[in-house]
Amino acid sequence: MQAKTILLAGQQNAGKSTLFNMLTGARQHVANYPGVTVDKTSGVFHFDDVKYHITDLPGTYSLSSFSLEERVARNALREEQVDTVVNVVDAANLSRSLQLTLQLIELKRPMVLVLNMMDVAQKSGLTIDSERLSAMLGVPVVESIGRKGIGKASIAAAIANASQGKPDYAYPELEPEISDLIVCFEQAGIDSENNYRWLALRVLEGDTQVTEWLESLALADKVAEIVARATQKISGQLNDYFVTQRHQFVQMLCRDCIAEQGDQGSARSVSKKIDRIVLHPICAPLCLLATVFAIYQCSIVWGYELTNYTWPILATAREWVAALLPSAGFLHDPYTRSLGLWVVDSANTLLNYVPIFLILFALIAILEDSGYMARIAFICDRVLHRFGLHGQSTLPMILSGVFAGGCAVPGIMATKGIPDNRARMATILTVPFMNCLAKVPLYTLLVSTFFAEDKALMMFFISTITIISALLVAKLLTKTVLRGSETAPFVMELPRYNLPTVRSVLTRSIERTWTYVKKVGTIVVAVSTVIFVLLQFPGIDEQAEQRYQHRAEQSVAKFAKAVAKTPYASTLDEQSLPLLVNYFSDFKRAKLNASGVAASKVVNEKFAKLNSEFYTIVVPPKGDKAAKKAHRALRKLASERKKIRREMKEQQLQSSLLGSFGRAIEPVTQYAGFDWKINVALFSSFAARESSVATLGVLFQPDEDSSDKLENRLGESSDFNSQGELSAVALILFFALYPPCLATVMMIKVQTGQYRWMILSMALPTCLGFGVASAVYTIGTALAMSGVTAMATSYALALSLLLVVGLYRKKPRQSMESQASIG
Amino acid sequence: MELSLACVPCGAKGRIIAHEAEGAIRQRLLDLGLIPPSQFELVRFAPLGDPIEVQVGTNNVVLRRSEALTVKVTLG
Repeated sequence: MQAKTILLAGQQNAGKSTLFNMLTGARQHVANYPGVTVDKTSGVFHFDDVKYHITDLPGTYSLSSFSLEERVARNALREEQVDTVVNVVDAANLSRSLQLTLQLIELKRPMVLVLNMMDVAQKSGLTIDSERLSAMLGVPVVESIGRKGIGKASIAAAIANASQGKPDYAYPELEPEISDLIVCFEQAGIDSENNYRWLALRVLEGDTQVTEWLESLALADKVAEIVARATQKISGQLNDYFVTQRHQFVQMLCRDCIAEQGDQGSARSVSKKIDRIVLHPICAPLCLLATVFAIYQCSIVWGYELTNYTWPILATAREWVAALLPSAGFLHDPYTRSLGLWVVDSANTLLNYVPIFLILFALIAILEDSGYMARIAFICDRVLHRFGLHGQSTLPMILSGVFAGGCAVPGIMATKGIPDNRARMATILTVPFMNCLAKVPLYTLLVSTFFAEDKALMMFFISTITIISALLVAKLLTKTVLRGSETAPFVMELPRYNLPTVRSVLTRSIERTWTYVKKVGTIVVAVSTVIFVLLQFPGIDEQAEQRYQHRAEQSVAKFAKAVAKTPYASTLDEQSLPLLVNYFSDFKRAKLNASGVAASKVVNEKFAKLNSEFYTIVVPPKGDKAAKKAHRALRKLASERKKIRREMKEQQLQSSLLGSFGRAIEPVTQYAGFDWKINVALFSSFAARESSVATLGVLFQPDEDSSDKLENRLGESSDFNSQGELSAVALILFFALYPPCLATVMMIKVQTGQYRWMILSMALPTCLGFGVASAVYTIGTALAMSGVTAMATSYALALSLLLVVGLYRKKPRQSMESQASIG
Repeated sequence: MELSLACVPCGAKGRIIAHEAEGAIRQRLLDLGLIPPSQFELVRFAPLGDPIEVQVGTNNVVLRRSEALTVKVTLG
């Protein structure tokens, strides 16, 4: 079979990714370009017995070397051995798109031009004479509608006829200098693989990358002399001359090849109408708030309701695993059992949020595809810029859960799009403050345990205080460590509004959710195993062990005495008794999980079938006095066992490695009201925040048979209650400012490329969070504040600080503006 | 009369004359179609007054006032 390699090049918003998806379907592979953090998406498709390997280049407006994406795309275009370059352009915006096309043609690669979004162009009343365009550019031109999957066949056909293109335009004033440069390159013996003319043009444009390369070849003097000659000829900058020449040629192409008939009802005029409302000074903030609220309502509120339906599935899965694992002993469970259930419990806690993730990511995909995301950046830039961030920081913040729910990992990945390096760094370092989905369970747990009556108010405080702290920290970073970083302009395109396709939204939502689940599957399960070990060892000492054993024997003896006169006495020996107790607890748990009368009946039938003899004791038939007596004794025995196991577990936890660690730092953390259990939970949640609730769940769930909700267990627990609401507030605030989880920290390393930012991202929030939590707890205790008062006070303080910082720069800014209006 | 794009009132139309910015900003402005002597229309200010939205040809471009200061235009 024949195989071809293809590079897909195009500007942003040209529908390049849509076209790529249309061609390759699900067969894609995302990697990084060597040495940089730009995504390299590649895929394969077949057509007419030809296999095409296709690589999606980063979207760029031009091929200069100012931005990383441009350099990556340019190097790939120059260096990779490919058969064809496929240039995707927005047919409805040819005049801008063709600028890049001309630059691609200058590279002299076999090329095909794809006019994408033909439907939008037609709706806008544009008729494009693609044959004529093809003749003028000297490359095959095909039409496609990526959204609707139209054009695959013609693209494949055109690839077979790809050609280098010979545009009828030149740079007449500078042709002598271009020729001189080419001669100079020839004499210097530069590899003829390099396109001399292209090099000459870049040198004249003042391209830093090419100029530096030539300097390394000791050509600098000669070249500089020719460039100086060219500069004298042209009034204004050389670079502008090239852009203008290309622009004029593009204008000519458009005049000759495009016929326009009005634009009534066109996509652009529709966009205009929508923008009149969506970007209206008064409506814009309302629309934005409504959008964020809709995201919150759909993904968090309704998604959470969905988990009521998905949780039983996960509970059933746990039962299956529990049945597969070796059964529980009377006092000690085999390690395989406890570890197995521990891992399943940790994974379940996370998988429970899958419905929320699916909805959240789908909504974000809709925002991205529709074009509203760029408007959000436009609306928010003024505020964010004041704190050292960028309008485009909005997307990472929303992804990370600006309100509540999200994930810092995709958030940090999304900072790639921010051109301003300083704002990008500040965004990366503050995005983890947002309320990621993994923080929500702990908030929900604490709020519904301690602040059930003020739930809405507390959730409001929590979801907005993180934004306030993120903005303040961003400002702090910009004024200190990031002071010297380079900044970039806020100049971006507002794309047309587009109706997102169901397929594209679903694909992305599922893909992103899958990324999250994979993270769960690897890091969280691995770490939960480590924590299990840290919690199990070194175990309880022999003396205590004997004491528990003795108590257990006593309670068994009591049971034996009680049933001595019943017919069951003979059948219940040392071996069958643990089985009966397990059977009893299994039955109780199954009844608890079963909802409805019918399901409950099924459970009864199942257990009756499993062991009819045990069943008569567990559910004594009416009138059977002996069975009733045995049942009563069994209940006593089971509850006694539960009590002993709980005490054992408690002691084991306290003496475990992690428990000792939690205890060791208690003298410090007591100022924030954290006892050792909380310390353990917080420590384990660094691995993945999701673990906080999982670990708390285990810490406050000493017996393995319970399916009781954690809220009840936590509320009942004496250690937590004694510290009360203030401690919960301190914990909430600490958790809001808590260092990023392991996965996020790794992503920060990947995105910033430096360990020092990674370390800063851990150290700063820890100190800040602990400082705030200690202050709130200590001062709150001294003033005998209630939880809500303490939270409201901290919130008010943070908000006033934000206002002070936000308005502080106003004066110099106004003076700059007034200067501007004078000028 | 030559003035900066940052001082143009909402709804005004005119021509782009020159760029004073250098490097990346200049390149990006040119890439997005703000090529002298193109016609432009100032569509709107952001709700908080900054950035501003400019239409050039079929492109809608948004930029901060601080960047708009570097773009010289004439009205009419």
